[in-house]
Amino acid sequence: MNTAVAAAPELRQIPKSSFDTKPLWLLAVVVLGAIPAIGSGSTWLTLTVAGLAMGFIVFIIASGLTLVFGLMDVLNFGHGVFIALGAFVATSVMGGMAGFSAQGGWQSLVSIFCAMLVAMAVAGAVGLAFERLIVRPVYGLHLKQILITMGGMIVGEEIIKMIWGPLQIALPLPDALRGSYLIGDASIEKYRLIASAIGALVFGALVWTLNRTKIGLLIRAGVQDREMVESLGYRIQRLFIGVFVAGSALAGLGGVMWGLYQQNVSPQIGAQVNVLIFIVIIIGGLGSTLGCFIGALLVGLMANYAGFLAPKVALFSNIALMVGVLLWRPQGLYPVTNR
Amino acid sequence: MNAPLLELKAVQTHIGAYHILHGVDFAVPEGEVTMLLGRNGAGKTTTLRTIMGLWQASAGEVRFRGQAIQAQRTPDIASQGIAYVPENMGIFTDLTVKENIVLAARNAQHEGDLDRARLDWIFGLFPALQKFWLYPAGKLSGGQKQMLAVARAICEPRALILIDEPSKGLAPSIIQNLVSAFRELKRQKTTILLVEQNFMMAKALGDQVAVMDNGRVVHRGAMAELVENESLQQRLLGLSLGAHQ
Repeated sequence: MNTAVAAAPELRQIPKSSFDTKPLWLLAVVVLGAIPAIGSGSTWLTLTVAGLAMGFIVFIIASGLTLVFGLMDVLNFGHGVFIALGAFVATSVMGGMAGFSAQGGWQSLVSIFCAMLVAMAVAGAVGLAFERLIVRPVYGLHLKQILITMGGMIVGEEIIKMIWGPLQIALPLPDALRGSYLIGDASIEKYRLIASAIGALVFGALVWTLNRTKIGLLIRAGVQDREMVESLGYRIQRLFIGVFVAGSALAGLGGVMWGLYQQNVSPQIGAQVNVLIFIVIIIGGLGSTLGCFIGALLVGLMANYAGFLAPKVALFSNIALMVGVLLWRPQGLYPVTNR
Repeated sequence: MNAPLLELKAVQTHIGAYHILHGVDFAVPEGEVTMLLGRNGAGKTTTLRTIMGLWQASAGEVRFRGQAIQAQRTPDIASQGIAYVPENMGIFTDLTVKENIVLAARNAQHEGDLDRARLDWIFGLFPALQKFWLYPAGKLSGGQKQMLAVARAICEPRALILIDEPSKGLAPSIIQNLVSAFRELKRQKTTILLVEQNFMMAKALGDQVAVMDNGRVVHRGAMAELVENESLQQRLLGLSLGAHQ
């Protein structure tokens, strides 16, 4: 007999487990608190959309890293190489399709879509090799993980320089994504809206996968207790490889989006973003997807608000955010139980 | 005594530099409850973990249904129908009770795939699990978590269930509840290897017993024999049943 279990009548009397809304309130406080500090509503709206777009892109990049750490306790400091790889692959794909995308309109969007798909595929494939050759020999050895994955990133950067050259390469936005929408005096860039939409889509897909599928259930369980998942008869190693590849592919996608956001790419792009994504996963709580999402939005907003209000402390703003959050919640915004 | 389902022959286990099991020998007969008793640090938990492949045996043989499994990996061992309830219960606290059960039922992709009749049977054994079905497992009490841990082990038919100290830290009424559930499993001829320090629970459930000390089995036999013989209890376990009654 295969029928869903009816909720017991007593269930109505059981207090629902309350969702922790405090990190969401923190996000609201940051967003609303910026209004009086900035003074101008239109500037605030422009900065907020820019911050959210940046946050969504950072989330796409960081989500794989937090799952990899949560699931297998692996500190992958080489995650940045997949960002750079994705961005450079995009320059090649979009360069190769330049004639096609020059027709403008939907053709340019198709070329971006193709660039994203190829970048994800290449980053995922390289991620598979990276896990097999570099990460697997150092499971459980944190110091060696840090050293070897950083080494892997340096080697990766050098290989990128060999293929694409050491110089910065332009990754211009296609005409269809250039320009802004004006809402009153606020200028909302089209690409930032697209980036936010893609980020929201990735977040929705991750949440759906983690909460509605057996694979997601295994990942969430594996983040808490790998040994018990294996004792239930599941090969967590295969799951980890899958998550590592997916995380690398997402970093590749994030690299394309970050490159388009900056409109240029350099071999050091991964190392530059690496600092941000580690701040994000620490703020969010290592292994927590929701925490990573909120952390990424906070980091994006803080970078934009601070860049406008006090440019001299902009670089320091996210470190200050991390320190503040950790003083409040030492395990991050949404700590993963059992870690 | 029935034919053995699980046999350990001269099993030795090292954890790092420490030599924990020094040649463990005993058998678990099919359809019976075998108690593994002994003082703290005797090697009971290590024995269960070695059977599950969570720690590798450095010597000796673990045979399940006549086949050597000591070199196999934990998921492969579990897939042969061996369920394990660890001492810390291994509950996924961020998952709901339902999700814990769906995860343990390896053939189920979601709640609808669960065997409803078996689930009703489990709810009969542990009504609290039905009540808290959609509740995060981390919010359950210690006793309810233990019930969930056992429920996970029996949510699909298993050939052998390994349970590590289920009564540890629980109130007497909860222990009684667990004893009733294990009795029901025993009535259904489920093969169980149960590590326990609570001698009253062991007495209530055990068909066979193996007593460990310093990483070795120092006594094997029928549970009834140990229950009858107070001097043996005193010698092996440092207790007398009379003092516990």
